[in-house]
Amino acid sequence: MADGIYRKILHARLRGQLSYRGSFLLDCLAQAIAQGGELVVILVLFNRITALGGFSVTEVLLVYALASTAFGMSDLFAGQLNALPMYIREGTFDVLLLRPLGTLPQLMASDLPLKRIGRVFSGLVVLGYALLHNDVVWTPWSVGLLLVTPVAGAVIFSGIWVLACSVCFWLVDGQELANTVTYGSNTFTSYPISVYSGWLRRLMAFVVPGAFVAYYPALALLDKTDPLGAPAWLGWVAPLVAALVAGLAGITWTFAVRHYRGTGS
Amino acid sequence: MIAGTATNVVFGLLRMAVLLAALDAAPGGRIAGYDVAATVTYVWLGQGLLAFVVLWGDAALANRIRSGDVVVDLYRPWDLQQALLAEDLGRAAYCAVTRLVPPVVVGALLFPFRWPTPERWPVFLVSAVLAVLVSFGMRFLVNASTFWLLDNRGVMALYGVATGILCGLTVPLDFFPEWARFALWFTPMPAIMQSPIDVFIGHGSLWLTVGHQVFWAVALFLAGRLALARAVRKVVVQGG
Amino acid sequence: MIEVRDLRREFRVSEKAGFLRRAHRTVAAVDGVSFDVAAGEAVGYVGPNGAGKSTTIKMLTGILVPTSGTVRVSGVDPSRQRKELARRIGVVFGQRSQLWWDLPLKDSFELLKAIYRVSAPDFTARLAECVELLELGPFLTTPVRQLSLGQRMRGEVTASLLHAPELLVLDEPTIGLDLESKERLREFLAELNTKRGTTLLLTTHDLDDIQRLCPRLMVIDHGTVLADGPLADLRAEVSPDRVLVVDLEDAAPPLDDLPGVTSVRLEMGGKRQHLAFRRDVTTAAALITAVAARAEVHDLAVVEPEIDDVVRRLYERRHLGAECR
Repeated sequence: MADGIYRKILHARLRGQLSYRGSFLLDCLAQAIAQGGELVVILVLFNRITALGGFSVTEVLLVYALASTAFGMSDLFAGQLNALPMYIREGTFDVLLLRPLGTLPQLMASDLPLKRIGRVFSGLVVLGYALLHNDVVWTPWSVGLLLVTPVAGAVIFSGIWVLACSVCFWLVDGQELANTVTYGSNTFTSYPISVYSGWLRRLMAFVVPGAFVAYYPALALLDKTDPLGAPAWLGWVAPLVAALVAGLAGITWTFAVRHYRGTGS
Repeated sequence: MIAGTATNVVFGLLRMAVLLAALDAAPGGRIAGYDVAATVTYVWLGQGLLAFVVLWGDAALANRIRSGDVVVDLYRPWDLQQALLAEDLGRAAYCAVTRLVPPVVVGALLFPFRWPTPERWPVFLVSAVLAVLVSFGMRFLVNASTFWLLDNRGVMALYGVATGILCGLTVPLDFFPEWARFALWFTPMPAIMQSPIDVFIGHGSLWLTVGHQVFWAVALFLAGRLALARAVRKVVVQGG
Repeated sequence: MIEVRDLRREFRVSEKAGFLRRAHRTVAAVDGVSFDVAAGEAVGYVGPNGAGKSTTIKMLTGILVPTSGTVRVSGVDPSRQRKELARRIGVVFGQRSQLWWDLPLKDSFELLKAIYRVSAPDFTARLAECVELLELGPFLTTPVRQLSLGQRMRGEVTASLLHAPELLVLDEPTIGLDLESKERLREFLAELNTKRGTTLLLTTHDLDDIQRLCPRLMVIDHGTVLADGPLADLRAEVSPDRVLVVDLEDAAPPLDDLPGVTSVRLEMGGKRQHLAFRRDVTTAAALITAVAARAEVHDLAVVEPEIDDVVRRLYERRHLGAECR
């Protein structure tokens, strides 16, 4: 019922974009390259070395591809949250409150920047390559894991996005701090977490649960033991982590909007 | 400024971790002459230079062209290109204090950092200013393309992502394979970020690096003049 | 339709107080407002900038939650039942659009139809009516970003009426519009109120809106209601004087000794005289007779005090009162 509404909104948004066909292709390309930036780093480094954090080039590419696909999908919807400061500043957030729908889904559906498909696309291409060049044992379970992982990853990223952007209801220039967390976790999750160390790893892998986006599921797909010694079942719990993050994001958003409307302060 | 520096620091930590992990796996613990100290310095200086040279590009002039306000700028008794350059140098001077120094201080205090030898300091300052000039020349051309393309946001987006990879922000250009390095030195890209970093850490030939920057700073400035002259003629003839 | 009791809304304002220290101060934007609006009324809500108009509107429409006091609109509590309220009322903000910027007007309406779950026949009928009365036809397929302000406002009003709300709240609906657009919009709203019985509540700076649309006026200042009542009553209350303007054939000395006249202002060397008179002492007819007995009258007119004057005098009276206290 309600999703029919959002489908219509998104459909109309897509048509709206076609009115700016001009630089669409270049924009799309730029997005694909932007997401591919990390890919260049990986390839350049492996031109000089044979292993990074205990992983071969094809293994690192699998981690990168899973993270990249998930981030691209999340960016399609949650990326609109970057416009939240503008909505608050210009008072258009009030208009969302005047409609008989939730504010968060309205905001996410406010635009569907098709150019960001470029990011998903570059992720999927590398994913195809990485799957062909790694020894993945294909069972119904691993196929299921492969299908679920990018979706769970996208939900985790989106949840992080919502949590980080909620800061904007309190801080005027909260957006840049939020970007540090969102785009920062995009970079972080593109590599095996064994590359990082100390509090940075603990923070970005477990507090911000970046390790569940690509690293642990990739280990499970590769049937590889974690060089850091984590148990193998962690590769299968990404959907649970995603549900947890989504729940937390929902509660935080409700709290933030309540603050905006004046009861939370 | 605090939020911006926080972003620089987080990305600095992430970049540094990846590069140091690579050094760890490399024979002899170094890649293309970069040891741990050189890599650390490269990362933090790069995070500082990012805002100093406006690596991603800007759109102020493009917006004025699109809105038509540029006509006012063109009829003022000044040289538009030089006026914008002066403005950009002022901005860079301010950024040097607010955005360039903080990440460098973080890197120098917390990690094995390599300061330049005393005689390299003046060369670094010259190289940093040249980097701003080259970046300005590129941004001026990208913005000026709005005179001919109605919607150049695609071009700007492309410029923004290309500089991140090709100017030496994410990985030192000397890590690239031979052919790519060779090709890159025929472009102004290294002059925007990699060159001042090389001068700072004492990597490569000093004079070749600065000479390359001077060449591109002058060439891009002249190209900008030419583009502006043509644009003015176009605006005057077609009335915008 | 609207029931407001002791409504209060505070904001915390922080200001610099020395190095790195901030002082917090609580300011009441709305300070104990109570009023009722019955179904079918049309009420104007006026006051200077910062008087608390927008804050009240935001609390009535569920955007802001009151600090204290109660609000019921259309039978629901706006702060608790935001979505339920949204289905029952329509809101037009003069300065923020509810339309989709790069979509044709028609597509925005289609989306709102889906959002408010309006049935297809209802939608077609309501849209057709608005298209006809507001003359939307010529730009129905134009992207909103290309519309003029007047065209866009007509679109905004249509957008807020597609779900046939019982109450329409308008925040500065005519701001920035040209005279013709203003007039067309007022005409439409007046008809909406009288024919369909839609309750109207509007804030405005343009007192012509009130004169034209609202039999009842509420004046707010410093977060409290200064006056509430029919425009004519407020007028009589603050200024019992009316003015008779007479153009005489020949200049005459000031006619200030006629019964009931309180003051006289001369123009054109005494050929035109503005005679202010107490309506409780004499009538316009009696005064005209008295003037005609003294001089040859070429033309005359009876003028009510301007609505701006009424509001200004209300403010003045309040501030005088404050000084006396």
